[in-house]
Amino acid sequence: MPDTTTAAPAGRTRLVSGPGLLLVWLYGVMVVGAVSRSAYQISTEFDRAPLAYALSAAAALAYAFITYSLVRGGETARRAALVCCAAELAGVLAVGVWTLVRPDSFPDATVWSQFGMGYLFIPVILPITGMLWLRKKR
Amino acid sequence: MLDALTVAISVAALALAAWCGHAAWRDQPTKDWHFIGMAVVTVLVLAQLVVGLVKLARGEKPDEGAVIFVAYLLGAFAAVPAAGMLSLTERTKWGSVTVAAGAVVLAVLEVRLYDIWGTTGA
Repeated sequence: MPDTTTAAPAGRTRLVSGPGLLLVWLYGVMVVGAVSRSAYQISTEFDRAPLAYALSAAAALAYAFITYSLVRGGETARRAALVCCAAELAGVLAVGVWTLVRPDSFPDATVWSQFGMGYLFIPVILPITGMLWLRKKR
Repeated sequence: MLDALTVAISVAALALAAWCGHAAWRDQPTKDWHFIGMAVVTVLVLAQLVVGLVKLARGEKPDEGAVIFVAYLLGAFAAVPAAGMLSLTERTKWGSVTVAAGAVVLAVLEVRLYDIWGTTGA
């Protein structure tokens, strides 16, 4: 009997299987980390470090969108996630360099500061493995 | 009490990570025994959550603020069960890898919790 409630529609590539399961779990961790960090920061003391807090919020959005795309599956979601992973990697590298060169711009850390050192460097490892995985699923 | 629990959970989490990592290395999915291990770790984290909230209710203050402390307590509580549920949907070694990763994240969260609580809670 076909399972119409949980199974993805025929032809939609399932992205959450094998290594993709680990990937989606780690993205889930980063969603929780980035969303709670930016929500707390922005609601309590946004004026202290608006740049850092806005960047954390942007990171939270990227993580949430990629997680949703991975869970949804399919070719369109795969491409969208690929673009977002590239943007995420660019963000991590740019913010990482930025925090090293101009630390005075950041009175408080972001999720992506020092290439994500506060988050076990997961922020810089994730987009690379994500892109490799998404390319393989083509 | 809280410090002892934090240390116990870190050790248990790393043991769980090694155990599930071993299963992944042997190309095996998580089995019943692994889920019992996850349940033990989860019970410890639940105890930590309760002890943490009771300490807050008694008026003890974490160094870095109550909101962050509770956020990390909840995150630590969710880490292993979430990975365990995912591993039920993936009956391959990747399910085991995911639980191992979840346990490592839990151990790191325990270190952060220790920092956040600070020296006030002996």
